[in-house]
Amino acid sequence: MEYSSKVMDHFTNPRNVGEIEDANAVGQVGNLKCGDIMKIYMKIEDDVIKDISFKTFGCGAAIATSSMATEMVKGKTIKEALQLTNSAVVEALEGLPPAKVHCSVLAEEAIKAALANYYKEQGIDPTPIIGCTGNCEHCHNHD
Amino acid sequence: MEKRFVYADNAATTPVAAEVLNKMMPYLTGEYGNPSAGFYTLGQRAKAAVEEARKQVAEVLGADPKEIFFMGSGTEADNFALRGVMHSKQVKGKKRLITTKIEHHAILHTAEALANEGYDVVYLPVDNYGVVDIEALKNAINEDTALVSVMAANNEIGTIQPLKEIADICHDRGVLFHTDAVQAFGHIPLNVKELGIDLLSLSGHKINAPKGVGALYIRSGLMPLPIITGGGQEKGRRSGTENVPSIVALGEAARIKGERMEREAAYVRSLSKRLQEGVLSKIPQSALTGHPENRLPGNSSFVFSAVEGESLIMNLNIEGICAATGSACSTASLDPSHVLMSIGLAHEVAHGSLRLTLDVQNTEEDVDYIIEKLEKILDRLRKMSPVWEE
Repeated sequence: MEYSSKVMDHFTNPRNVGEIEDANAVGQVGNLKCGDIMKIYMKIEDDVIKDISFKTFGCGAAIATSSMATEMVKGKTIKEALQLTNSAVVEALEGLPPAKVHCSVLAEEAIKAALANYYKEQGIDPTPIIGCTGNCEHCHNHD
Repeated sequence: MEKRFVYADNAATTPVAAEVLNKMMPYLTGEYGNPSAGFYTLGQRAKAAVEEARKQVAEVLGADPKEIFFMGSGTEADNFALRGVMHSKQVKGKKRLITTKIEHHAILHTAEALANEGYDVVYLPVDNYGVVDIEALKNAINEDTALVSVMAANNEIGTIQPLKEIADICHDRGVLFHTDAVQAFGHIPLNVKELGIDLLSLSGHKINAPKGVGALYIRSGLMPLPIITGGGQEKGRRSGTENVPSIVALGEAARIKGERMEREAAYVRSLSKRLQEGVLSKIPQSALTGHPENRLPGNSSFVFSAVEGESLIMNLNIEGICAATGSACSTASLDPSHVLMSIGLAHEVAHGSLRLTLDVQNTEEDVDYIIEKLEKILDRLRKMSPVWEE
């Protein structure tokens, strides 16, 4: 796989790796069979993502998109974070090989899954706010 | 350990040996004659060089030089064996081709192409070590069977097949037997007469000759239909002006392998043993894939839980180590390797596969360096993996 230097940078030195102990928004997407799982932890205060981290099982692109997506929403409001698209992540990484674009979709979905979890924990139905919450696009290559 | 460069992907290709390069060099420079131009000495010398190489390859296989035909690659040899035999008049219209689920794509995709032409292709299953199911083979051979093609040793997991047993079954039933020995040739003894092999494919760049040259052993008396027609070189079996320098190189590389095989295989096997023992003892939740004993000397293939193969080999590359994986993410198809699926690994296990293939130029220091870096990388990747459980 030919990766951009930006992807290699985020793969080699991923930002925001790990868990947040007092996270109030946690979301996981993907599955083992497909070969990539992303888990996002957020600490949200006053509708602002104060802190964010991730754990990812997957290829170079999966790790790099996780790292980049967390960087892009860190310190942003929920509303801003919900506007994050997979193509914005791809662009920020200076492109991904076609076979790896699904990793950026997974990153977008992981952010949304964490935010959906944040609403659910408060007894709010996330669907009208967030829409699809994970695993909408991923792994269509498999049964 | 200080950073070093470790080439541990010798199943992908090998470096050209200095003595091989020296032997081929004159044919890249002054000795540029066309072997077919036999009226002057320059052409005659080129012809003699090709014939010398043919003898050298034949000797390693226990074959007659007349049974060796030079090709452009191992893939071409596989194509010629399968297409040439199935299309030949000698098989008298028989339509069944039997092969295995773990063949190289040079065989699998050629078999698929033949199936599209209307041939009846059967893919034999293998056991958890990757050994072909002999009962399935016996059951698959019917009156309409022309050819059985089973690889000598697998490129991903290194498992060596029981060639003699397979050949005997084929001959009892009047069926031809081809083996793709691209990975095995020069690394393990292969005597075509003792084993009863009718056709055998081999490649130069897996034994320290350059890329772009291979050969097919065709037992005397067989007439596969040529797939490349033209000026009638290689006794009409493979037209096209001979790649003299590369053929000379293949001959020399084969000669060297033939001479040193026993010693080299013992050395490479000891390195692989050191690697396997080191990895399995130091890295938790790791396992060897392929047959524990009956495997190519240089092949060590592993699976590791909770990590993905592509990120593993990218990290190894950063440390200067060249390795391979059968993980889905390393391919465009996003499916894990057909070999790892065929030996019964679950998708999630196959995603964490790593293949390290050593050869004569590797050292114990290389092996220790690989183990040290692998341990460090796996620890880091597992710490960032949401599915890792100690």
